[in-house]
Amino acid sequence: MKKHKIKNYPHYINPYFGGLLLGILIIITVYITGRGLGASGAVKSAVVTSVDVVSSSHAEESAFYSKFISDDHSPMYNWLVFESFGIFIGGLLSGAIFGRIKKFRVEHSPKITSKTRLIGAAVGGILFGFGSQFGRGCTSGAALSGTATFSFGGMIVMFGIFGTGYAVAYFFRKLWI
Amino acid sequence: MGPLIPNGILTGNWDFVIALLLGIAFGFVLEASGFSSSRNLAGVFYGYNFVVLRVFFTAVIVAMVGLLYFDYFGWLEMDKIFILPTYLTPMITGSVIMGFGFIIGGFCPGTSYTAIAIGKLDALVFTGGLFLGIFLFSEAFPLFQDFYYSGDMGSPTITDMLGISAQWIAFAFVVIALAAFWITWVIEKRVRKNITPYKF
Repeated sequence: MKKHKIKNYPHYINPYFGGLLLGILIIITVYITGRGLGASGAVKSAVVTSVDVVSSSHAEESAFYSKFISDDHSPMYNWLVFESFGIFIGGLLSGAIFGRIKKFRVEHSPKITSKTRLIGAAVGGILFGFGSQFGRGCTSGAALSGTATFSFGGMIVMFGIFGTGYAVAYFFRKLWI
Repeated sequence: MGPLIPNGILTGNWDFVIALLLGIAFGFVLEASGFSSSRNLAGVFYGYNFVVLRVFFTAVIVAMVGLLYFDYFGWLEMDKIFILPTYLTPMITGSVIMGFGFIIGGFCPGTSYTAIAIGKLDALVFTGGLFLGIFLFSEAFPLFQDFYYSGDMGSPTITDMLGISAQWIAFAFVVIALAAFWITWVIEKRVRKNITPYKF
């Protein structure tokens, strides 16, 4: 298949250039804030806030939620929440510049239905959310920023995520190829 | 002098403005590199698209080497930066669960935010799943509280654990990354011959 046969061929930046920019961004982030980037922490703040709003006593009694509740401000008043909101805006900007913002759609392999893809996305999201708590962070916070700052735990999470991905990819191939 | 905020050089309410700006840059690079597509991301596991490996490894080696230079020039006090703690068994378990989440869901948290931004409903559902997953974890927390805190090793660096200096670790990562770039370039060319290109 030649490239010119593909319509809507997306104009992505060179991946090594993207990696260079991301690496520089990590250096700047560490230089300014003393720590790296993250993503799953924002969803955790949203969970804690929601539970706190619905049942404040339940949140205060829980050994987990109570770690993130403080009297002077909402759990949403958190560095990672603002940063993750930034991730969304950054995606919006890039999508707008490169013309990738389109009407709402479900992207999936032609061999599966939209429904299958959405079930996969939901199950995958639940697992990722659950696992990120044991992992002390996700691909951004633990694997990428952790490894880049020479954290042993970060490197373990990096190998764990990608190693597992490769180990079980065969069983889920019908979702993708 | 750095890190600026922990050292009190930047203070006050700039924290959240900085968080927003750094987030915007992060989201922009992710989306511009193609991480807003689950099929691009999953490609790394099937050999038809190694964009994840290229971006991820380049970022890691640039950041590692860059931070060492910042340390060497005295711009950054490395002992003041946050080192992610290590809880060995729970972190291995968590990363295995996340590996399943990645291959089934096709996104990781950060990439799903950028995919929502360009209109991917599967990313929206994935993020809903994240919320539910963290909620389930939090509710069930008393069941595995002991396990969650087990294997506590403090915050060791790779150097602390392996006894190899940070310079050599960064060098090893660079060599492995360059080898991986070359090998995956060969694999990708072969796999793509037998696969129909996909539209977006």
